[in-house]
Amino acid sequence: MPVREISGAKVWRRRSTGEALLRWFGWLVGVAVFLWCWQRISAATTWFFVWDAPRIAGDILDRATPPRWSYIDALWWPIWDTLNIATLGTMIALVFAVPVAFLAARNTSPSVWIIRPVALLIIVASRSINSLIWALLLIAIIGPGVFAGIIAIAIRSIGFCAKLLYEAIEEIDETQVEAISATGASRWQVMVYAIAPQIMPAFAGISVFRWDINIRESTVLGLVGAGGIGLQLSSSLNTLAWPQVSLILLVILAAVVLGEWVSAKVRGAII
Amino acid sequence: MSAAATDLDSMLGRRWKRPPLIRRAWLRWTLTLGGLVYLVLAIASVEVNWSRVYEGLDRGAAFIMSFARPDFVSRAGDIWEGLLESLVMTVAASVVGILISIPIGLGAARNIAPLPVYLICRSIVALSRALQEIIVAILLVAIFGFGPLAGFLTLSFATIGFLSKLLAEDIEAMDKTQGEAIRATGARWTQWINYGVQPQVMPRLIGLSMYRLDINFRESAILGLVGAGGIGATLNTAFDRYEFDTAAAILLVIIGIVMLLEYLSGLIRARVR
Repeated sequence: MPVREISGAKVWRRRSTGEALLRWFGWLVGVAVFLWCWQRISAATTWFFVWDAPRIAGDILDRATPPRWSYIDALWWPIWDTLNIATLGTMIALVFAVPVAFLAARNTSPSVWIIRPVALLIIVASRSINSLIWALLLIAIIGPGVFAGIIAIAIRSIGFCAKLLYEAIEEIDETQVEAISATGASRWQVMVYAIAPQIMPAFAGISVFRWDINIRESTVLGLVGAGGIGLQLSSSLNTLAWPQVSLILLVILAAVVLGEWVSAKVRGAII
Repeated sequence: MSAAATDLDSMLGRRWKRPPLIRRAWLRWTLTLGGLVYLVLAIASVEVNWSRVYEGLDRGAAFIMSFARPDFVSRAGDIWEGLLESLVMTVAASVVGILISIPIGLGAARNIAPLPVYLICRSIVALSRALQEIIVAILLVAIFGFGPLAGFLTLSFATIGFLSKLLAEDIEAMDKTQGEAIRATGARWTQWINYGVQPQVMPRLIGLSMYRLDINFRESAILGLVGAGGIGATLNTAFDRYEFDTAAAILLVIIGIVMLLEYLSGLIRARVR
């Protein structure tokens, strides 16, 4: 127990001198790194624009209000597209995520040393790269449009869904698997009767959760040309049509809030 | 118990079927039918230019092949600059975001904050969560001009929504007795937070902060697309010029750093638990 002698009496302390010094040193390094980062950001910033920012913000707000409500007629079709990108993308992702998850879970993977790392690599690669970047890439390959958006959302979601799903698979109750295997069930029968019922609630929860996230992401995919309401946002921004921008932002906000509400309701019903 | 027993009686002598996921038959059928109708409509409304897709397959193959020989060298300067800017933005935004989200998280916990504070903090959280990063970045670029400052502010703003919400939920789920014990010693409010609340939520706060650092880096990679600094601008240029080998190099670097961050956060979370 670290103590300090003060005029003969031993007083309790939380840390020994060495530990305390080490902690202080850690904090010092942390603060130094932060200050260095801030200095770099500050060096790359035109501070005149920043001091001018309140005026610009006020100006933009002034131009953007009131929203051009009549523009909503041009938005119904993009909204439908956005919904489709999110939903179809999630569905395609789930089709691929389930096998990947089974290959990645330690207790169901056919080979822990060869196949599991490959499955984990797929998951990491898909998760580390944002759907906008996938969209950028797919547009270069298959051309702009809703289809590129759907595939981008699907690729991005595979990793997310597979990761959560394989964690759920690893947490299943093994006794049920043993019970089904004891009846002489084949590998597939074990999967259907012992593993699937245990992960079904998690699976449904994950799909709805990802669908909710995908609604968010698909609203901005159009910024790079992958269809949906982002396309309108991007063209309105390029023509500085601020009243249209504000209406689109309101629609996106409503879509996101609605998506989150639906997802929360469905997950509440499942769990 | 009795319901289960009658269930069992009525099922005796019949072949066992797996119970359906949704028990109410009408709901099950409406959902299935509705889902099918939606699917048909949705797929019908998606226009796919298959000849264009077919043409693109060569380029797709070229891109996938370029992962085998990524070109780190010819644009090394640009990649390094962009990457450094991304990392700088990530670190600065995470620090500032975490510092701001602690008081907001405290304010958004119903068992600590009075109602007016709670409502204000909750609405800040809701606002930050509803606006996605890229839209915030567009607006901030329009206001503050191009550069990493806009990206830094965007990431800080997004961090606040994420971290405060989870922190507040953790505080609401904490053990009340420890707080009461500290209160009973006659502690001030600050002492109560410091000794009664903070030790209970600290491990999770550290874990979440590390996780958010990881997310912020991933997000910083796209902010460059709208001019908010970072590696995204380099990546965008590489795609536009069909320099797939450079793009592959950048993507590999991003994946590598994300894996590293994930590994580090795993280590730290295991230590603080």
